[in-house]
Amino acid sequence: MTTPQTAHGGAYLQVRDLRVQFSTEDGVVRAVDGVSFSVDRGQTLGIVGESGSGKSVSSLAVLGLHDPKKSRISGEILVNGRNVVGLDDNELRKLRGRDVAMIFQDPLSSLHPYYTIGKQIVAAYRIHHPNASKSLARKHAIDMLGRVGIPQPAKRIDGYPHEFSGGMRQRAMIAMALVNDPDLLIADEPTTALDVTVQAQILDLIEDLQRDFNAAVILITHDLGVVSQIADDVLVMYAGRVAEYGSAEQVLRQAQHPYTWGLLASVPSLHGDADEDLKPIKGNPPSLINVPPGCAFHPRCRYAMLNGGPCDIEVPQLLPLLATHEPGHTVACHLPERQRKSIYEQDIAAVGVAI
Amino acid sequence: MLRFILKRSLIAILTLWAISSVTFFVFFALPANPAETMCGKNCDVRTIAAIQKNLGMDKPLPKQYLDYHAGLFVGRDFERQGREAQHCPAPCLAYSFRTNEPVTSIIGRAWPVTASIVVGGAVIWLTVGISLGMFSALRRGTVFDKTAIAFSLVGASMPIYVFAILLLATFVFGLHLLPYPHFVGLLEDPVGWVKALILPWFALAFIFAAQYARLSRSQMLETLSEDYIRTARAIGLSKRTVHLKHAFRAAITPIVTIAGIDIGGALGGAVITETIFGLQGMGWYAVRAIPNLNFPVIMATVLVAAFFLVAANVIVDCLYAVIDPRVKLN
Repeated sequence: MTTPQTAHGGAYLQVRDLRVQFSTEDGVVRAVDGVSFSVDRGQTLGIVGESGSGKSVSSLAVLGLHDPKKSRISGEILVNGRNVVGLDDNELRKLRGRDVAMIFQDPLSSLHPYYTIGKQIVAAYRIHHPNASKSLARKHAIDMLGRVGIPQPAKRIDGYPHEFSGGMRQRAMIAMALVNDPDLLIADEPTTALDVTVQAQILDLIEDLQRDFNAAVILITHDLGVVSQIADDVLVMYAGRVAEYGSAEQVLRQAQHPYTWGLLASVPSLHGDADEDLKPIKGNPPSLINVPPGCAFHPRCRYAMLNGGPCDIEVPQLLPLLATHEPGHTVACHLPERQRKSIYEQDIAAVGVAI
Repeated sequence: MLRFILKRSLIAILTLWAISSVTFFVFFALPANPAETMCGKNCDVRTIAAIQKNLGMDKPLPKQYLDYHAGLFVGRDFERQGREAQHCPAPCLAYSFRTNEPVTSIIGRAWPVTASIVVGGAVIWLTVGISLGMFSALRRGTVFDKTAIAFSLVGASMPIYVFAILLLATFVFGLHLLPYPHFVGLLEDPVGWVKALILPWFALAFIFAAQYARLSRSQMLETLSEDYIRTARAIGLSKRTVHLKHAFRAAITPIVTIAGIDIGGALGGAVITETIFGLQGMGWYAVRAIPNLNFPVIMATVLVAAFFLVAANVIVDCLYAVIDPRVKLN
């Protein structure tokens, strides 16, 4: 499969046919079911989807943070060419925080309430720099806090997480993630818990720092506005599988999958008619224990089986577009390409999407 | 911090005063007459009146109440028929109706017994209970975990007197390993102290350890699923560090509160343990004072128990502020 933008063999992170399953009392949860993507240094990949679509599970797998006793992971996750699937915890530990760092959705619950911000950043630094003295680590931590835009970092470093505002807390979290100069930063809904004005600041910050550090970034979000702002590539996930994958331009401007259309149509527009109702995607995401047969999206899809297609029988493959000459744009849908194009032009492009 | 301690101490004193007032009126205003009980069957009105005067119960209730509380702070004199007035120095808890011994000296004798039982027991129940709970949380679903759950279920449901008798039957009468539990002063004979009290310690600790194991396990499991534990793993810390420095630290906080109050409560008298083993601690005296209508001893045991409970609360609140930086003492 070709990958957009980063279409060369040496992307920093390459995920191939990743499957993550959890056995529970109710059955096997197929949280991620054959997902492939890649992202290189200096690039940003946006992973989009509803809750439970496997976005976070995929990224936690990159860090090896799933309990090996409860989960089964197969496929390949190549970090700088080295497969990390099945690596033992001691090896993974060297990778975590140093090569691959992660920031989480809610910075208040993601930082330990009993330790100062400084102590937590210093711990993150020293675990990968065991020879660094405490004072050097502290200096680094203050530097990082300053770089992420926390005023008076030398003073704030001794503050506890609850003494920071939401935005400042997320900045501190980012400082902690970047203190070891990682090559890949995974941001799992980094702005969801923040208010809108702060959201934009945090996104700008991530973009700036990505340039400075030349890191690869995976941005997990359900907010298409966020994706359009900073992503180079976009991966749309549904029920643990890839629905559509391509450059941001391709996925957001020439969306091909009915699920992506649904996501786009459910974004409120600033330019359209204010009285017009939003068009949510009807129904709920499926249970990952009982994924609908065929295309997992077909029970909610307005266009399912338009031509008596095999939507409810056969899982659609993720295939590159043929008619348009768009390298790297892949879609998993049974609708014929021409029909998708006409539907898009009639129904979707007309809705003034905000992005 | 100092202001908080002062404020809490003031509230504590008010609480103790309220408890002592309620206890006083509940017992002294009771229709039961201790003079009649003491006098026995062949008793005339004059003897009863004399005994009542001796006990100081002939005076109006409000006067008795004031006298009792004044005695706590400045001491008081007891009129004795045909004898010189007896001076009871502060803190005066009056005299036992039965033995005429100053209640303070009863407490002075009984409290070290109770304290010895509770301190030894607490060390055992805290170490066994917390470590069992924490380890079973870390090994959730394993044989170890299931055994620990079974133990805590048995421990929580087995009455202390059944377990105590099993202990006695095994170690004292069966294997002859230990002497029958009795009280030996810690300072006089430390080894003897341990040997004489180890069975009461285990009897008391068993039920508490079971509760603490359950509590620690659930606290630890809850903490392990917190986001900040995931963060600690994501920055590359080892499992050991994450469990000890991040998870344990957070999971132990609520246990400190409960431990403080449990220990404080037990210091007022480990009633069942003392009674089973015949150890003459606070609980033992309290249990005997009630059917005898020995009001001064009842008052004193209630007051001492209340004092430790209230003090434990103040200490726990202060400790909390030390452990959890989010708690501000104001």
